[in-house]
Amino acid sequence: MRRILLESMLRRPLTEAPPPGDDAMLAELAGAVDRAARRRLGRSLSIREVDAGSCNGCELEIHALNNAFYDLERFGLRFVASPRHADVLMVTGPVTMNMREALERTYNATPDPKWVVAVGDCAVDGGIFAGSYAVVGGVAGIVPVDLHIRGCPPNPLQLLKGLLTLLDR
Amino acid sequence: MPELIDMIEGRRIAEHRPWPRVVVNDDGWRSLTNQLAAGQCTLLGLWGDLETEHLGAVHMCVLGEREIAVATIECPAGRYPSVGALHPPAIRLERALCDLYGIDPVGLPDPRPWLDLGFWSVQHPLGARGDAPAVRAPYAFLPVEGENLHQIPVGPVHAGIIEPGHFRFTANGETVARLEQRLGYVHKGIDALMAGASLDKAARLAGRTSGDSTVAYAIAFAHAVEAATGATVPPHATYLRALMAELERLANHFGDIGAICNDASFSLMHAQCGVLRERVLRTADSCFGHRLMMDVVVPGGVARDLAANGRSAVTSLIEEIRRRFPELIELYDNTASLQDRTATTGILRRDLALQFGAGGHVGRASGRNFDARKALGYAPYDQLDFEVPVFEAGDVNARVWVRIREVEQSVALLEQILRRLPGGAIRAEVEPDGETREGLGMAEAFRGDVLAWVRLAGGRVARCHLRDPSWFQWPLLEAVIEGNIVADFPLCNKSFNCSYSGHDL
Repeated sequence: MRRILLESMLRRPLTEAPPPGDDAMLAELAGAVDRAARRRLGRSLSIREVDAGSCNGCELEIHALNNAFYDLERFGLRFVASPRHADVLMVTGPVTMNMREALERTYNATPDPKWVVAVGDCAVDGGIFAGSYAVVGGVAGIVPVDLHIRGCPPNPLQLLKGLLTLLDR
Repeated sequence: MPELIDMIEGRRIAEHRPWPRVVVNDDGWRSLTNQLAAGQCTLLGLWGDLETEHLGAVHMCVLGEREIAVATIECPAGRYPSVGALHPPAIRLERALCDLYGIDPVGLPDPRPWLDLGFWSVQHPLGARGDAPAVRAPYAFLPVEGENLHQIPVGPVHAGIIEPGHFRFTANGETVARLEQRLGYVHKGIDALMAGASLDKAARLAGRTSGDSTVAYAIAFAHAVEAATGATVPPHATYLRALMAELERLANHFGDIGAICNDASFSLMHAQCGVLRERVLRTADSCFGHRLMMDVVVPGGVARDLAANGRSAVTSLIEEIRRRFPELIELYDNTASLQDRTATTGILRRDLALQFGAGGHVGRASGRNFDARKALGYAPYDQLDFEVPVFEAGDVNARVWVRIREVEQSVALLEQILRRLPGGAIRAEVEPDGETREGLGMAEAFRGDVLAWVRLAGGRVARCHLRDPSWFQWPLLEAVIEGNIVADFPLCNKSFNCSYSGHDL
């Protein structure tokens, strides 16, 4: 274990890997998110994720925000366990009938001021699941949405970009 | 030993391929149920159907020694003899069938609804379709009796970034006396959306049944359609499918190994495995243009060829895994505090794994040697060398080790695939001729075998049912946690890593 820890200290951080393409965009986003977050909130943002019927593809990419490459916490953004600790609800899925009430209750449990970010194509209008008897079809039909991040699923960079847009509004 | 199909008496359906489907009477159905209960064959799936507007039917897919067969019972009176009455693995499938089709499994020991949580506006959406009752009936959790017991309700919204479901723990102090699951929260009505869908849309739906297994689902669905239409997939496409399937397996196994250790508060492994997982996803992206490789596998082959830089991307991924993974295995194996949490925790007995036909790491950590890649030998796995690692201990540790060994096998498979990649066409035309045709397909996802059944008619999908491996793993998680402490539940749960979406459909 010591060797791995030592190596991690000696190796260059993965987050600062040489730029071209994605990494450059990531570095650019890093500064911008930080400034905007401070201006608007003067503190960090806490995010509570709610799966309202996704296929779990969006969850995989939201998870990736926490890995060493995207390292969400360096922007002051972090995922929290309870809606009562959250500033932002990040909602995925077409909102199934069976999750509707749970989503409403989670929203009501989140203190003001709060923002709702709907993630993924099916969170916009139900996507490929639209029209089913079991699906409401879009997060905005249940709770007010401040921002949609499209994609099936959106990749971690698109997710980061979306959070930035929310802060800049 | 007589062939499975010879033991099932009834009217054989000619258009069902590649394995036979036989329409049986009550006696034939009961005799097959008895064989399941006696452990002579394994239940692979059970689902409803509406063959004509008024004739409901139930299909049951079983696995014998090696061969597969589907038995069908027609239900003109809207009922049939329950399989779950004698064979518990069928109980949840029959509860779901009852919710969706309104067909009554006579003798079903647990008649409570399963997917219908009382929020739909229709009742039996795939069957006769009636208005849902005006008043939502409360769900009766199983009664628990005894002294000093308390209950812990968890979910459907959980603390982490995970899918929703409800767990009702009954604990005596720290020890779990019973866990009862309640699922269905992410039910999207995929079976209904499939009915009447174009092949293209159906393939996209199949790939979104459980996002973490999108490749495996797309392969299983493609297998079913190709069996039904008799399409021959070009060899190059089968190799590309396997390339994607192994990348998907690697990404999920890295994610799981890290997450299991994280649930034992060992975040170093989580961080290191997260890096490897991200490398795999980036490789997938550069090879096929999508990190999860959604919609690349299509009936008839694959939608796009390996990108020009794909070969070198996979080669450097293999190098990185070979360089980094061994020290992580060592770290896992030599950290006493971690071993203390995973070894002897959440033991799944072999007989239960066999009875439920548990696939993937759940079955193979408890001595059930089944892997659809090996057992069915679908292309190109019949031409590739690999082993199916099997462990006997059945604990969290064994489920981690199955994953570790499978990572090694997948890396070796990637090498072989690159070496033998045949070249040539990537897709055969699949054009349903409008006739009614049926096909059954399977594929080995990272968590076990996915089953896909399809009926094509008029050039479209008339019916399609997809069975996630989680159907037979979720109930075992209830068994595994018994007698363990509440704090070990996340560990047990993650070591199973069942799909909510794949199960809820």
